[in-house]
Amino acid sequence: MRFDEPLSLECGKTMEQYDIVYETYGTLNAAGDNAVLVCHALSADHHAAGYHSETDKKPGWWDICIGPGKPIDTNRFYVVSPSNLGHCSGSTGPRSIDPKTGKAYGPDFPMVTVKDWVKYQKRLADNLGIKQWAAVAGGSLGGMQALQWAIDYPDFVKHAIMIASAPKLSAQNIAFNAVARQAIMSDPDFHDGRYYDFNVVPAGGLKVARMLGHITYLSDDAMGDKFGRALKGDKLNYDYGVEFEVESYLRYQGESFVNRFDANTYLLMTKALDYFDPALEKDGDLSAILQDIPTKFFLASFTTDWRFSPERSKEIVKALTDAGREVSYLEFESNHGHDAFLVPMKHYLDAFKSYMSNIEIST
Amino acid sequence: MTPLRPELQKICGWIEPESRVLDLGCGDGALLEWLQANRNITGYGLDIDPDNVQACLTKKVNIIQADIDVGLSDFDDDSFDYVIMTQALQALQHPNKTLSEMVRVGCKSIVTFPNFGLWKHRLYLATKGRMPVSKNLPAQWYDTQNIHLCTVKDFEIFCKDEALSISKRDFVDYTHQSDSLMRLWPNVFGEIALYEINGQINAK
Repeated sequence: MRFDEPLSLECGKTMEQYDIVYETYGTLNAAGDNAVLVCHALSADHHAAGYHSETDKKPGWWDICIGPGKPIDTNRFYVVSPSNLGHCSGSTGPRSIDPKTGKAYGPDFPMVTVKDWVKYQKRLADNLGIKQWAAVAGGSLGGMQALQWAIDYPDFVKHAIMIASAPKLSAQNIAFNAVARQAIMSDPDFHDGRYYDFNVVPAGGLKVARMLGHITYLSDDAMGDKFGRALKGDKLNYDYGVEFEVESYLRYQGESFVNRFDANTYLLMTKALDYFDPALEKDGDLSAILQDIPTKFFLASFTTDWRFSPERSKEIVKALTDAGREVSYLEFESNHGHDAFLVPMKHYLDAFKSYMSNIEIST
Repeated sequence: MTPLRPELQKICGWIEPESRVLDLGCGDGALLEWLQANRNITGYGLDIDPDNVQACLTKKVNIIQADIDVGLSDFDDDSFDYVIMTQALQALQHPNKTLSEMVRVGCKSIVTFPNFGLWKHRLYLATKGRMPVSKNLPAQWYDTQNIHLCTVKDFEIFCKDEALSISKRDFVDYTHQSDSLMRLWPNVFGEIALYEINGQINAK
């Protein structure tokens, strides 16, 4: 969908015109109150559920949660899943052509924040005739968007669903992002972000960034269970090739990521994560921000997630209970680390489903 | 809505409408569900068990999955009108610490527990010489969750020692009978003890 109404961004710049690519599942009801906004995290996109073609190896990123009879039941809800501004999957991003120059934006693409995305998603909601989100849902960075929605448009969001999320990044989180960016920016093919002009991509750097990220998505236990010290070959070679299974796995993850993701988008997304701090304007007092919000919250975390650990979710829960807001919080046993929110586990799906099925919508 | 067990019905009579309530070890959320529907209260249940948490979600009760033994440090002083804990005191690692936290967080606290001074338990121990086992406390000494059982007298001495004031108390049996014997000699005839307490326990 093309938007010509300028969007002013937190960084001070303005997007004069932009595209939003999105998928929908289910049907919007006459009252326009059964819509659920699904927000993607760092590396996912608008393709949240189902298959595009019979040759697709994998369904959308949250297919375990979206569909008939699933937690976000498409028999009841109308699901809207956009790609965010700055993305590389159809919505306007650094790879898109800047109408002013006729060339790709590259490094000139403005910095976007979670707050900007919420504003941008609101435009989409208004255009689709949605009166109020029955829920805004997401994991990780997606959960942050749900929180920002409740803060910026409290009356537009009945329920905010935040899975494996955090109220802001820790120094360690930012540090990991900084290393990922350095990997990309120090790649000789990066060309200050103008690599499109040279018909190359900073593949090596992006690959390392993804490998690093992937380590933080898994738990030590999960890696241990999956790979242990298993060797790729049948003996040690005493060289710098791929010797251990875990090395091979990470390289594969890195390489497949390079084929589908744009390095400038990765830089932007990590910056959006770093900047996210909705309590900043109240001197870090999240509870003060949430004081008069009617939105009800559902939060969940996973025991072995060390990227956004249960403690991080509990910070949000504490802010909500201090503010006297309605919240439920669940902590699931899982050895899948941060990625657990994408893994089908009975307790997780049952709880999510129970919560969603209690959301009232017009019939 | 499922009917409430006897002691919970008593508690419902103690709660002022529109209160803010925290229910520790809330189980399936039945008490909060009733209070929400009939007393217009707001609040949260705390429970660690995944099946209980699931039951609360189904009942539309706000549930925070947490271990009471880890503490209530995430809650501010006097942030609830009532902190309730039914039949969980005896299963806690440090009942005194939890009680201390309850009276800090709640303006009033309501506690219920099985009275181990009940004549049946006394008789069982006196005649058989073994740890009492009954229909309502069925586990053997080695696998019971009830690691800190106390009597009515024990609890009241604790309150006195810690300068907690008891504003209400009541006693029931498992069939909701509350007869004159119980009122006269609660430590001998009361099966379940209910207390409303308030005050502050100073950290030692």
